[in-house]
Amino acid sequence: MPSKEEIFSKVRDILVEALSVEEDEVTPEATLTGDLGAESIDFLDIVFRLEKAFNIKIPRGELFPENLLTDANFVQNGRFTDTGLAELKKQMPFADLEAFTANPVIKEFSKLFTVQMICNYVDAKLATVPS
Amino acid sequence: MRWYWIDRFLEFESGRSSKAVKNVTLAEEHLHDHFPGYPVMPGALIIEGFAQAGGLLVGEHLKLGGNMILAKVPKAVFHGEARPGDSLVYSSKLEYINAEGALVSGLCHVGEKLLAEVDIFFANVQEGQRTRDLFGPGELLSMLKLLGAYDVGHAADGTPLKVPPGMETQAARPLGMAGP
Repeated sequence: MPSKEEIFSKVRDILVEALSVEEDEVTPEATLTGDLGAESIDFLDIVFRLEKAFNIKIPRGELFPENLLTDANFVQNGRFTDTGLAELKKQMPFADLEAFTANPVIKEFSKLFTVQMICNYVDAKLATVPS
Repeated sequence: MRWYWIDRFLEFESGRSSKAVKNVTLAEEHLHDHFPGYPVMPGALIIEGFAQAGGLLVGEHLKLGGNMILAKVPKAVFHGEARPGDSLVYSSKLEYINAEGALVSGLCHVGEKLLAEVDIFFANVQEGQRTRDLFGPGELLSMLKLLGAYDVGHAADGTPLKVPPGMETQAARPLGMAGP
């Protein structure tokens, strides 16, 4: 089981390659779309590289949920509903939801997707894989 | 002009790697515009060559199925110019593939000299998300045959590469003229 530093180092290398960004831009708090310029197809590329680098399987939608913003039970009038927030916590236990929960507007949603979030996900995922 | 940006496979190892050659010639009309008096093969067409070589590697691995399209070029680094008379050898390696896509890394050499490094990311377009027909089995088979994959290729077990069972009679559908 790699240490948190080793996970961050590998994730940083992956993001440098997938997003053509400089190493020093990939900080734990950097957001994928806002700070690192990721576009939709990049998320699939990142998932691929994570699977290869860490030898894990990432089911579609597990790291980057796909159905949250399109379900009227979860989002209404540009904000997450209580049901939506509960679903978000269920689907993304590896994300830092504290700030978002205080003001759960859609336009802030992409800020959940940080470098640290990916590291947290990988860390949790590796803990479930028998060594 | 036809939209072929590799001329022939030199090696084709199913599911793993391929080598393909592209001979640059002054007979190619675009070279007289790029640039007048100083012909250079555009880098975008070298990338397209990798997309074709890599796409066929992926398509053959999927038994001529799937709807893999070029989705992203994560890396394209050029170290020199491709000029008329050059034989470009594209070495492609299938790095990773699953139901959603594939990543192919590539190196282009002219002789011993490294000319370009290009990675191609393919996404598998799901049924229902397509807005028009993509490559069908017939087109993939025609290209693989035309480019000699079955003359030099090997299956994963090392035996000579063969057309997938049931595909031998697949109607050949040659690629169209340049352009969509």
